This record gives sequence, C-alpha cells and structure tokens, in this order.
Amino acid sequence: MSRSLRQRALDYFHHNPTVRAWSLVAPGGLWLLVFFLVPVFMMFTYSFMPRGMYGGVESGFTLEHYLRFFDSLYLTILMRTTVDATVCTVACLLLGYPVAYAITRAGRFKGLLLFLVILPFWTSFLVRTFAMIFLLRDTGLINTALQSIGLIDEPIVMLYTPFAVMLGLVYGYLPFMILPIYASLEKLDLSLLEAAEVLGARPAARFFRVTLPLSLPGVVAGALLVFIPSLGSFLTSDLLGGAKEILIGNLVQNQFTAARNWPFGSAASFVLMALVLVSVLIYLRVRERSGDAAGAP
Amino acid sequence: MVDADAAPVVEFRRVSKTFGSFRAVRDISFEIRKGEFFSLLGPSGCGKTTTLRLLAGFESPDEDGGEVRLHGDVVNKKRPYERRLAMVFQNYALFPHLTVERNIAFGLEMRGASKSEMPDRVVAAMSMVRLDAKTFGRRLPAQLSGGQRQRVALARALVLEPSILLLDEPLGAIDLKLRKEMQLELKQLNEQLGTTFVYVTHDQEEALTMSDRIAVMDNARVAQLGSPAEIYENPRTRFVAKFIGESNFVEATVSDRTEGGWRAVTAHGEHLIVPDHKTIAAGRAVCIAVRPEWLDIVRPDAVPAGENALTGAVRDVLYMGETLHVLVALPGDRSMTVALRNEGQFLRPIPWRRGDEVAVAWMPVDCQVLEEE
Repeated sequence: MSRSLRQRALDYFHHNPTVRAWSLVAPGGLWLLVFFLVPVFMMFTYSFMPRGMYGGVESGFTLEHYLRFFDSLYLTILMRTTVDATVCTVACLLLGYPVAYAITRAGRFKGLLLFLVILPFWTSFLVRTFAMIFLLRDTGLINTALQSIGLIDEPIVMLYTPFAVMLGLVYGYLPFMILPIYASLEKLDLSLLEAAEVLGARPAARFFRVTLPLSLPGVVAGALLVFIPSLGSFLTSDLLGGAKEILIGNLVQNQFTAARNWPFGSAASFVLMALVLVSVLIYLRVRERSGDAAGAP
Repeated sequence: MVDADAAPVVEFRRVSKTFGSFRAVRDISFEIRKGEFFSLLGPSGCGKTTTLRLLAGFESPDEDGGEVRLHGDVVNKKRPYERRLAMVFQNYALFPHLTVERNIAFGLEMRGASKSEMPDRVVAAMSMVRLDAKTFGRRLPAQLSGGQRQRVALARALVLEPSILLLDEPLGAIDLKLRKEMQLELKQLNEQLGTTFVYVTHDQEEALTMSDRIAVMDNARVAQLGSPAEIYENPRTRFVAKFIGESNFVEATVSDRTEGGWRAVTAHGEHLIVPDHKTIAAGRAVCIAVRPEWLDIVRPDAVPAGENALTGAVRDVLYMGETLHVLVALPGDRSMTVALRNEGQFLRPIPWRRGDEVAVAWMPVDCQVLEEE
C-alpha cells in the first residue's frame, strides 16, 4: 500500500493551501528578487558612495550626487524630461483615443486593425527609430517628396530637432495608449449609449457624459503606460535629437558609460524613479477625486 | 382611460425593416391610442424588439419601408433624442458611474429642464416608484438589488413626464413574486399618469394581465391584434392559439351546413359541428382550437345532446394544483388535454383513472375556427 511520490506530493499541497500559494509565487518572486531587487538595492547603496577613479565606487558616505541635482543644469534636464513626457502623453491621448474608438466600431475589420496597431512591435524599437531618420532627414522621404511636387525649395530641417524627438516618442508609445483605451471602450455596454440618446443626449453630450467617463480607466492606464517609459527614454533623443537636448534617461546612460560616474548615474536613476512614483501617486489621487465627484466607490 | 376617438399617438403604416438579408419586420401596421397599455408579444426573434427599436428611433424603416408616425408626424429619420420618448431597457442600462439621483436627473439635464426644480422632480419620480430618495439617492447602481435598479430605471423614464413610455421586457430579470408586484404597479402608473405604455414581452401571462391591447407577433409580422380576451378566446391562427395559453387542435373536413354552424368529419370518421366562419365552405379542410378548460370528460354513453365528442382512453392525470390535467389519447396518435377544476382530491376526487374509456366533450360554440397562417 505505498502511495506514489506524486500522489503524496499532491496530498501535501492539497492539505496546505499556504504552501500551495507560495509554490506559485516563488519562481517569479525569486527571479525578481535576484535580478531586480538586489541590483536596485546595490544602485541605491552606490548612489550614496564616493565615485571610484575608473568607474565603480569607493567606500564612504556622501550626499553630493543628490545635491548635484539642484544645479540649474540638471534641474533643466528634469524639467525638460517632465514636460516632454507630458506633451508626449497628451499627444498620444489625442491621437490614440479616436483610433481606439474607431476600432471598437470597425465590425469585422476589428481584428485587422488591432493587428496593425501591434504590428510595429514585430521589429525592434531601435530599428524603427533608425527608420525614422530616413524619413526625416534633409534628403529623406518627406523632404524629397515635398520638393518634387514643388511645395518647398529648401528642405525643412526636421531631424535633430525637438520636433523629431517628440515625433519619435509619440510614434513609439502610441500603441500603449490605444490598446488600454480600446479595451475599456470595448467593454462599454452599448445600451448605455442608447439610454443616453433616448434621454435626449445629442452625440457630443453622449460622448462627454457617458462614453468618456466610462472609458477613463483605460485612459488612465494608457497615460501611465506612455508617461512612465517616455520619462525614462534615452534612445529617441539620442538618435532623432542628435543628443543636443539630453533627457534624464540620457544622463543616466552617459554617467554609467562615457562619464564612468556610477554613483551619480545611480542617483539620477533614483531621481527618475521618484519622478515616476510621484506621477503615479498624482494619477491615483486624481482618479480617486474624479471617482468621488462621480460618486464612484 | 383610453380615448378611442382621439387621434392615435403611435402609428405604424406598412413598416418593414431588413438587416442584410434578414427581414426583421415585414409590412406591419397598427395604431396605438393615447393612454393605452399596448403590448408587443411574441417568441424571441419574432420582430417585437425591432418594432420597439423602430419606435424609439434606434432603427429606421427600410427605404420605401412604410412610415412610423408619432403624434401624427412621420419620424422615420428622426434620431432618438429628437423623439422625446422615454424608455426602460431590458438590462435597465443605468449609468454605472452616476448615482441614482444623477441617473434620474440625466434626462432632465439633457432636455434642459430648469436647474432649480430638478431636485424636486427627482424626488417626486423616486416616490412614484416607491424608492426612498434619502436612502437610495446617493447610491450607485452597483449598490442596488435587481428590483431596486428596475425602479430607478423606471423613475429615470417617468421623471421626463413622457407622453409615451417604451418598456423592453423590463421585468425579465427579476424574480416571480416581485414581478407580479411590479406588473400591478406598472398598470397602476399607466392608469394614474395617462401615459401611453408600449410594452415588449415574451411572457404571454404578463401581456394578458396588463395590456389593453396586444399585438401578437410571429415571424416578423403581426399575427393578431386585439384585447387580451379577444386574443385568448378567439385566436386567429394556430400560432396564436399555441403561443397564448394551451390549446387542443382538431382537424376535419367540412361537409354541409347545419343549424348553428357546419357539419365536419375527421379523418377517423368522427362527426363534429363547427361554428360558422368566413373561411369555411363545403369540402374544405378546417382546423379548430379548443381551450383545455372548455372541455369536459364524460362516459362515452353519456355525451350531452348537441355537444361534440371524441372518444379515447385516459393516458395520464396530472395534478397541477388549481386544476387537474387529464390527457386523453385519441385514435390516430392524437391526444387532447382537458383541464378539470380541482375541487379537492380527498373530498371530491375526479372519477377518471389511467386506461378509462372516456369521451372528451365540448359545446360547438366553444371552439374557434383557425385561419391558415
């Protein structure tokens, strides 16, 4: 009457729900602990240590790396990063919402359109950003086309301008805005729109009083998904902005590579992280407020 | 309350609606009078919901698909927000992000009611559906029970003081006891307010209980239009007879005229007398319907003079509470259901048992001649 090992293991899990729960959490948890939390903790420690001569750190404690941020140079970078990320988020929202809305109404083309939204992810962000260069440069597709139809004589300088950076950011993050908004619009009960219409709501009122408020969770999710990565982006401003106006992401990258100032790079990372946390908190706060006003629980 | 002479508030004139190749509504015509409780009754897919949606303005009739008129004006192309109707939806369609008060006030705001009188009107509407404004006003729809949501949906429509109220199976999702209660309340509101109610349902009992008139719909058409008694007691087609209540069907061939009707013979040689009807002529096939409660069971040798009778054997006796259903098997694989009043099976049990030879008897006037569908 010896039960198989497998049977005994199953019985054990069956009688110990706590063990069972932990066994589900453990693999992923362990991965995050080793490859995320430990490095983050190391960077946090580094950010308070003096800089080593050839990279790395020396023992000791200092706040100088954080204090450096009060320098107007770095404050400007912080400000610029926040403004850029905000503009990018708003642009993605204004461009993405109508697209998401149209997809929910596209009937049998829905699948195809969603596929097209996701299609850019099939190539790497780096490749797509390089492709933008070919589009935007003085002898690029846009300028050549405009010149050949005689609309302009001289090429419009687009590459290595803040405009190009913004274009790249919006292009890169637009799908992250469209998808969550689409998901929340898709769930919208159409009979609510009909109810609004019978109650006398014209299309505009119907949109602002019913559709938009009910898709707000998607808007908030999309805004976070765009705002957070665009705060930390460095590739786009590097390639399309010509590294002329650096963002905090570029700063972190530079400090770890060219400048070999690991502690300052670490400190910059934590400032960035703080910025993300603050923006998330503001969002949650706003959502709670708007929820209260609308009477949400 | 219904003024039969007044101009109709709703008119459908030969209205058709096609979705792709599916004809949802075919050439239907009817009029609804002011203050009437009018039901559209039928099985799912019969076109009743499309008819209501044509009236609400969510759909418009086909090109050259007739006219929908409201208060005399053709509204075929009018959007719902231009029609000034009110509607209660099947799933209530309450705005989940708005409190009960804001839900009810929504229509008032959209129609530009004065801000100062809004709170009073909301409270009045809530008391009309017997919801306490203090308790429920600030709640969200998610914090209400099904029955309470139903009342909010009703209040949201009634607050607009509509002349016509559309209801799309509003009682479908609540339990039986509450449903009976709401049926009564809806009927009372209809009478008190003088509002015209257009009510869509698949529940024949509900339609019979509440309606002034019923349009029974089948296969995209109106199969019969009439008062509950007309529909129940004089069903025009087999479909109507079957859909509203229970019925027994007997097929026969008409032979000749007799006093009070026509003689007819079934395929099994049984002689019947059927009442006169515009479709009857000598030599024609005829189908008649008899309600189970209009039939009686007698011994085969005791059929009262002048009554129709078919003999067979009792197959089963079903105890239904109020009535007992006796199933009688007739020759040729036919059967009839007879409903007998239950007068107490301990004191006065019915004398019929399974296997008994009996005759099912009815007065010729108690059967209806059905038209071809």
